Amino acid sequence: MTDNSPGFATLAIHAGAQPDPTTGARTTPIYQTTSFVFNDADHAASLFGLQAFGNIYTRIGNPTNAVLEERVAALEGGTAALAVASGHAAQVVVLQQLLKPGDEFVAARKLYGGSINQFTHAFKSFGWNVAWADPDEPETFERAVTPRTKAIFIESIANPSGSITDIEAVAAVARKAGVPLIVDNTLASPYLIRPIEHGADIVVHSLTKFLAGHGNSLGGIIVDAGTFDWSKDGKYPMLSEPRPEYHGIKLQETFGNFAFAIACRVLGLRDLGPALSPFNAFMILTGIETLPLRMQKHCENSKAIAEWLSTHPAVAAVNYAGLANNKYNQLARKYAPKGAGAVFTFSLKGGYDAGVNLVSKLKLFSHLANVGDTRSLVIHPASTTHSQLDDAAKTKAGAGPDIVRLSIGIEDKEDLIADLDQAMS
Amino acid sequence: MNHDAYDDTYIRSILNSVKTIAMVGASPVNVRPSYFAFKYLAERGYDMIPVNPGHVGKSLVGKPFVASLKDIGRPIDMIDIFRNSSHIMPVVDEALTLSPLPKVIWMQLGARDDAAAAKAEAAGLKVVMNRCPKIEYGRLSSEISWMGVNSRTLSSKRAPMPTHGQRLSLNRMSVGGGSTLAADRAAKDKLDPA
Repeated sequence: MTDNSPGFATLAIHAGAQPDPTTGARTTPIYQTTSFVFNDADHAASLFGLQAFGNIYTRIGNPTNAVLEERVAALEGGTAALAVASGHAAQVVVLQQLLKPGDEFVAARKLYGGSINQFTHAFKSFGWNVAWADPDEPETFERAVTPRTKAIFIESIANPSGSITDIEAVAAVARKAGVPLIVDNTLASPYLIRPIEHGADIVVHSLTKFLAGHGNSLGGIIVDAGTFDWSKDGKYPMLSEPRPEYHGIKLQETFGNFAFAIACRVLGLRDLGPALSPFNAFMILTGIETLPLRMQKHCENSKAIAEWLSTHPAVAAVNYAGLANNKYNQLARKYAPKGAGAVFTFSLKGGYDAGVNLVSKLKLFSHLANVGDTRSLVIHPASTTHSQLDDAAKTKAGAGPDIVRLSIGIEDKEDLIADLDQAMS
Repeated sequence: MNHDAYDDTYIRSILNSVKTIAMVGASPVNVRPSYFAFKYLAERGYDMIPVNPGHVGKSLVGKPFVASLKDIGRPIDMIDIFRNSSHIMPVVDEALTLSPLPKVIWMQLGARDDAAAAKAEAAGLKVVMNRCPKIEYGRLSSEISWMGVNSRTLSSKRAPMPTHGQRLSLNRMSVGGGSTLAADRAAKDKLDPA
């Protein structure tokens, strides 16, 4: 380790955390408190006016959450981060800083079904209009850009299809359009892909998945890459113009290359309210300490199971980018050389009924709506996470009626293969 | 001196050694970045002097404005320049006429003038460009981590006890932490598009 470049596993354990000054506690304490006392009236005024760094109220910031924020920022190579209550909350808070009613953003069509719903319905009610593009054809993003476009949104590894997005190609479109690229890096985690290195300006996560890793805590996070100039053309007044919420402060001018994370905190989290519980932050921090080890095992198991499935007579197709003959294998080798993740789909020759039958007969795989757990998980997206889409949209999202999604855990792979084998026989 | 990336030890040694700081371009308007930085550094014990000919007769957190560096009338350790890159050179020229010479020229976030830096360095001064001393103090003390900022430091030592309630001091042992290469590259591209 050189002084200036500790490795990923070192950051996963140490970044953001330091032994507690009062007690010497080595593990990050859970600061389970709503509020923090001020030194005096002047100190309180300084904190409220953003003139001093410090803690006020857990809806705006909390020392346990702050350790989580710095850790994920360090793992992603960003300048700062903001933890929120869920991945969905992260998306609302990010877009609130960028879009006004009537504005647009361009999003990849292959996304987590919950994001498709949020973008299509909930955001429409805010007047934020989504235009869809095909992540397999980056030029479709360019065609979807209009003068009202304020951001581009993609997933690094798409849920549920497990397909890999050509981040650099979409980043080039975003740069040309003069808008930030937002990458949801949930399924890759920074261990497999660091989108900022490929041109992302903002990274979001559902921490609930691989980062926390144990299926016990919801959380979301926004990472500021510190790369976007918010003030160059007046398109982003939340960052470039005097803010009446803070007596006329201009956030980018004041906070430089971490202004977006500050905007998300003091204009988004403060006013919308989706704060992360410090207890959840503690659970997620504990999970992150073993992220490198878990991701290695998740990927090793996934590749073995994908290979085994692709030789099984009942299986029609396996969509795992880690397989040499997969359409996305070249992108996987470029963007995720350590492994293509642990969420992928396959289809059974018996179609919809065979998929439903498989899910009901599995004994170790859990049938539920989550991914990125230590436990192996299975779901039939067409009838659950993507059920609100019509059949054509389901297929475009990689969630056709014959598709089964797996999230491979870190159990012994022989036991997982045996479970799939008995359920398909 | 590589002005694209500074070692933490360089920044820490400056912030640990200077006592008197003249801030050129300080604003009495309490939502301006210079006001924030001035107040923050004054609260951390630096002897701050606001320099701005447009505000002589007023004061900034109790410190009277002076019109120019020459009007300060006592030795200054560091000059923190809150001006655009195009206004740096005259300030450096004036600084180099002072006796005794200041030890450090610091140019704020977004400000960089390599020729002015070279001139100051040739006279034996240390130079920092395109940084904010408030942010650097907050980063190296880890105080800025409370805002979720990547401090780019790691430490396994017990953190120093906060002074004055939540304030942390620079008295903290650390090694390098998570880098922010993309942001550093973007900053360089913005200041030097060629």
